[in-house]
Amino acid sequence: MSDNWKRLILPPLGILLLLLVWQWYCVQFKVAEAVLPKPTQVAGAIIARWDLLLEEGWVTLKATLYGFLLALGIGIPIAVAISNSKVLNWMFSPLLIALQSVPKVALAPIVLVWLGTGIESKLAIAWLVAFFPVVIDTAAGLQSTPPELLELARSLRASRWQIFWKVQLPAALPFIMTGAKVAVTLAVIGAVIGEFIGSSEGLGHLLLSATSQINTPLAFASLFALAALGMLAYLLVVIVEWLLRPLLPPAPTTH
Amino acid sequence: MSFGELVGVRRVFEQQRYGRLVGEPLVAIDEASLSFEEGEFVALLGPSGCGKTTLLRIIAGLIPKTAGSVRIRGEEVTEPHPDFGFVFQTPNLMPWRNVLDNVLFPMEILGKRDQAARARAFELLEMVGLKGFHHVRPHQLSGGMQQRAALCRALVHQPTLLLMDEPFGALDELTRMEMNDLLLDIRARTKATVVFVTHSIAEAVYLADQVLVFSKRPARIAERINVDLPYPRSARTRYTEQFMALERRAGRALGIFHEAAERS
Repeated sequence: MSDNWKRLILPPLGILLLLLVWQWYCVQFKVAEAVLPKPTQVAGAIIARWDLLLEEGWVTLKATLYGFLLALGIGIPIAVAISNSKVLNWMFSPLLIALQSVPKVALAPIVLVWLGTGIESKLAIAWLVAFFPVVIDTAAGLQSTPPELLELARSLRASRWQIFWKVQLPAALPFIMTGAKVAVTLAVIGAVIGEFIGSSEGLGHLLLSATSQINTPLAFASLFALAALGMLAYLLVVIVEWLLRPLLPPAPTTH
Repeated sequence: MSFGELVGVRRVFEQQRYGRLVGEPLVAIDEASLSFEEGEFVALLGPSGCGKTTLLRIIAGLIPKTAGSVRIRGEEVTEPHPDFGFVFQTPNLMPWRNVLDNVLFPMEILGKRDQAARARAFELLEMVGLKGFHHVRPHQLSGGMQQRAALCRALVHQPTLLLMDEPFGALDELTRMEMNDLLLDIRARTKATVVFVTHSIAEAVYLADQVLVFSKRPARIAERINVDLPYPRSARTRYTEQFMALERRAGRALGIFHEAAERS
């Protein structure tokens, strides 16, 4: 079997294997549905509440993507600022690290007080969780610009603006993409934290209300939906990366 | 007055740690004075780390000098001049641009990326043997081909002074000899003045009209050798008695070719 076929077949096979073990465990030890539903029961819940999952999933996806875009929109300029100015770097880098060290869950109630139970809180939390890797990776990318290229630009008396757009930013792009991939999965987590703390919609809320009603199959169905949503969001970033491939260094090919 | 004139150039690097000066200041260039005419090919020859690259960067206006004066066409160099072309030790092409866009980068910065610039880029690419490679990305080229593209990039804005910092040092011997011939050919066609840093005796003698041999750091010019080998130079030149005599002389100036070894 060729490697391509293996790559196509093995991932679903892995999932199937896991589901079989799970099903066997539940049947063998007669686990109560409220504790751990069988995969078949979860599948039943997914099919029965398909519309609800889609509806709530859409809400969470929006919060995730907007939060992610906010993280890029605010994170990249911050990275540009701190990597171009020693003063700003020394002033704010410790602050950034301190902020990153605070558990975002701990900030969530405060954010809720400030921004209420609407999408704003979710965006703020998703942004808080996702923007740090964007800043760090973008700053690393900007600083990794080959010094000779900067010197070449300088030898032609390029303006700072030209150096940024034509040299530094393209050189940092691969790093920004890496940061974006990490950030988008974190944004999902941020959005769900937001929905846990105070929201009346979204998959996070659905998960919480399902467990409070001991509707465990639906809770698991929401979990699966969240996982799918995370993969979808990640896939979107991969698609953007693919579209930007003329600007990115070639992937190392294996012969 | 000469095209390029350096008088008493000195460069001292102060070593800082935690914002405080530590240790002795490092004298990279003790004293360097030299001059060259328009269209001349000058080789700066010296051991690794002797400060010749520092001198080249001072001529380019990329770093300041501690003392002395550098005049090109009578004007003191204090900052980079767009009329200079610079070639680095490594090609340093931008991986996100194809060959043509890399070559046109200087024109873009100078705001002169037009049809004429494109035509010149194609002409240069053909001259260095990269015809048909304009749309290729740098990673698909060999090291020698990348350096050829970098050479085009340095020439595209028609600089009157070409500054080259060991441009062929990373290439294998055969490619290097090929590139030497290419450079001589380009220089004959563009009439550019060239200042070329190298640590290869053969390369310096083969290419230059004037070889300046540097001592170990702190750099001083130990000897100035006039190379009056006739043009065009070719592989045959390398085996002439005159060429080998010049090589020996440069070797002696570098201190790696002693009289004793010569006699045995």
